[in-house]
Amino acid sequence: MNDILPTLEAWKAAGEEIALATVVRTVGSSPRPVGAKMAVTASEKMVGSVSGGCVEGAVSEAALEVLKTRAPKLLKFGVADEEAWAVGLSCGGTIEVFVEPLEW
Amino acid sequence: MVTSGELFGEFVEKVREGKPAALATVIEGPGATGARMLLDRSGILGGTLGDEALDRSVRERTAALLREGASEVFEAGPVRVFIEVHLPPPRLVIVGAVHIAITLGRLAREMGFRVVVSDARGRFATPERFPDVDELILGWPSEVLPQLQLDEFSYVVVITHDAKLDNPALVAALRSPAPYVGALGSKRTHARRMKALREAGLSDEEIGRIHAPIGLEIGARTPQEIALATMAEIVAVRNGAWAADGAGGPR
Repeated sequence: MNDILPTLEAWKAAGEEIALATVVRTVGSSPRPVGAKMAVTASEKMVGSVSGGCVEGAVSEAALEVLKTRAPKLLKFGVADEEAWAVGLSCGGTIEVFVEPLEW
Repeated sequence: MVTSGELFGEFVEKVREGKPAALATVIEGPGATGARMLLDRSGILGGTLGDEALDRSVRERTAALLREGASEVFEAGPVRVFIEVHLPPPRLVIVGAVHIAITLGRLAREMGFRVVVSDARGRFATPERFPDVDELILGWPSEVLPQLQLDEFSYVVVITHDAKLDNPALVAALRSPAPYVGALGSKRTHARRMKALREAGLSDEEIGRIHAPIGLEIGARTPQEIALATMAEIVAVRNGAWAADGAGGPR
């Protein structure tokens, strides 16, 4: 979390609308640990990462949607998962990512 | 009522201040997701997950997670709650800006520790000798150590080679919750030191907490080797790989 805090605060000060994505669970090999975070603004700026790059695309799209609906969303990616294949979860294993609008 | 965003802001504040804290968030379930609760070791600080029984069971689970320093998804029937735990990084306090301290400070930073080096002797405690430590403090141990507020995330190494400086530092460290207190010195030096510390009012149990001679037994001779042995010992203590039966030595 410390890695993205300065950017989050700059965005907050600039009045950006922010969605926060957090890795809540990993099974098997996963390049980023539980608690790893990524944030996306409505203006499509991005900071941080939740995997080695495998699912960031799908997470950022979900983040933009969450900013529209204002409803949090739990994303699950796994090698046996069709969606995961679609986004190319080459890292192996399973990860769950919680995406929420951040009003702070 | 506090909002979920405000609780996140308070959590961020705790993380920045280096205080243990946990943020619990409902991530899945029949009701609304995103409900939050902020906790620390004293219990619930604010917010609710929307159900009193759930709040209570998450509070109990979080108390254990705050000890282990682990985050997890907690499951209560159909409801899943992400409990994100944050503990401050460990801190290594080196009293004695001697040669061992230079290598030890570097190793500790590599291991993810914040490093504080202190000495009363200005010619030892210079920024040239310690360019990358987090804090370099010039002062007497009896004044410096109380200011550092040693806690259970503090590891203390006392290596000034001077009993006048070592002993007050040891008194302060042994009376703190610091899980590791190591001191340099041969068995004979240590015997003299134990006598002085008893006279300073420390109990045998307190004195027994000192790791001396410092470091794992790897036949260390040079300052660099002693630093390595010491760092390895600290890692062993931190990982719980140390026999707590008073026999000393790694399990």
